[in-house]
Amino acid sequence: MKLEMKDKPGQLIAALKPISDVGGNIMAIIHQRDPAAAPGDTVDVQIMLEIPETKLESLVGTLKTQGVNVVRIGEERLLIRRSVILIGHIMHTDLTDTVDRIDSSGLAEVAELGMVMPAINEPSSAKITLKSASLGEMGRAIDLLRNVATEKDLLVIEPLEGYP
Amino acid sequence: MRIAMLGFGSVGRGIAEAVSTKDLGLTITALADSRSAVIDADGIDIRDVLQRKRETGLCGDPAITADDVIGSGVYDVLVEVTPTNADSGEPALGYITRALASGKHVVTSNKGPIALRYDALMQQAASSNVQLRYEATVCGAIPLIQALEMGLAGNTINGLHGVFNGTCNYILTRMTDEGLSYSQALLEARELGYAEADPTYDVKGIDAAIKLVILANSIWGLNVSLKDVDITGIDSLTTDALALAEELDCTIRLIGEIIPEKRVLKVSPRILSKDHPLVVRDTLNAVTVETDMAGEVTLIGRGAGSRETASAIISDILFIRDCYVERT
Repeated sequence: MKLEMKDKPGQLIAALKPISDVGGNIMAIIHQRDPAAAPGDTVDVQIMLEIPETKLESLVGTLKTQGVNVVRIGEERLLIRRSVILIGHIMHTDLTDTVDRIDSSGLAEVAELGMVMPAINEPSSAKITLKSASLGEMGRAIDLLRNVATEKDLLVIEPLEGYP
Repeated sequence: MRIAMLGFGSVGRGIAEAVSTKDLGLTITALADSRSAVIDADGIDIRDVLQRKRETGLCGDPAITADDVIGSGVYDVLVEVTPTNADSGEPALGYITRALASGKHVVTSNKGPIALRYDALMQQAASSNVQLRYEATVCGAIPLIQALEMGLAGNTINGLHGVFNGTCNYILTRMTDEGLSYSQALLEARELGYAEADPTYDVKGIDAAIKLVILANSIWGLNVSLKDVDITGIDSLTTDALALAEELDCTIRLIGEIIPEKRVLKVSPRILSKDHPLVVRDTLNAVTVETDMAGEVTLIGRGAGSRETASAIISDILFIRDCYVERT
């Protein structure tokens, strides 16, 4: 969400505290202060946060009482990306089903798929990029992919935590 | 200080060479290979023994055994560098047990006994009031155990991950650099002496897993064995998979990982950013330790080789001398 607040000490904390009070998770803060701004001017702050939908209205209300104006509330975005590599008989074990099982889980979406198929009967290799809204859901989506791969006798090469 | 050595293969010869050419203050007073032994309380002439070994294949008298060396009593530290047996740990396990029982310090490069019987051996060493040190069992020349015990003393170790097998790392480096297939890269590793005739232990991740068992038991006291490690090797990796990783500006390495809190004990090929500190080349090993105070500490170095393993063994011997033998 994009917030507008007075450029004075304590304003940012006044905006952030209500978010944690309602159990929200602040993921990123972009705060660009204009060096030419005069005292009393307003500044724009963008905050990326996770919050239960039911709490959104009361949060906006609390922010207003703190003198913080909510300029815009953005839609949910799938921010977390993880790529894994699969090796095995990827096509012949029903690739459509593999992708569907991820997409239909609600945990993540398959955003990209790149595949190299050598000679017939040789194992093929694929790179699958998943997008998810949170690290927790991404972790569960990768668990799911790992189970599907075990079932289909595919090797999953996962990133070492945090990469790529 | 006097040392007795069991095993006179490439590691044993590396140690003998260092002891005879460097001024370390060490004397080898007893030595056994698999079929013979020599004992001389005044110190063995290493050049003589090396020559005899070259000419006859024996280091000494076939009538003298490794047990005679252990029982000879003419030494302060037993250096045990016989070949590893990962299933039973023998005969090394028996050698180490007998030396500890007779009140001798022991230094070993042998993964078998340490992976299988860490707790029992350490208890025995403590009750005999002697030291058992094993730096050379994990990551060759890298002073990992020393760093964990001494350099990072007082830190809580939250986990570690690293490249523990130089053979696999060499194969993956060559597959990436030259686009070689797995079997071509393995063949090349064999020709260069980096892979055994039977490469199963290395390429299936078992060697790396044994090192994880040693670390899990010695750092965290997890009391685990090889069957507790989730192991995937590199033998089904394709050149295509490495090329796909390249598209992400990444590569693939065989990573051993221990995170006690999450019950992770795992060896598997993983995708890493090319600028990740664990992406080392050729036969190098690398380990990142995660600690509460020091943050992440990464050690990189040679994980195998005669001189490199001798380095770890000699460091253990000198540690025992400086901290235990000369103080008593």
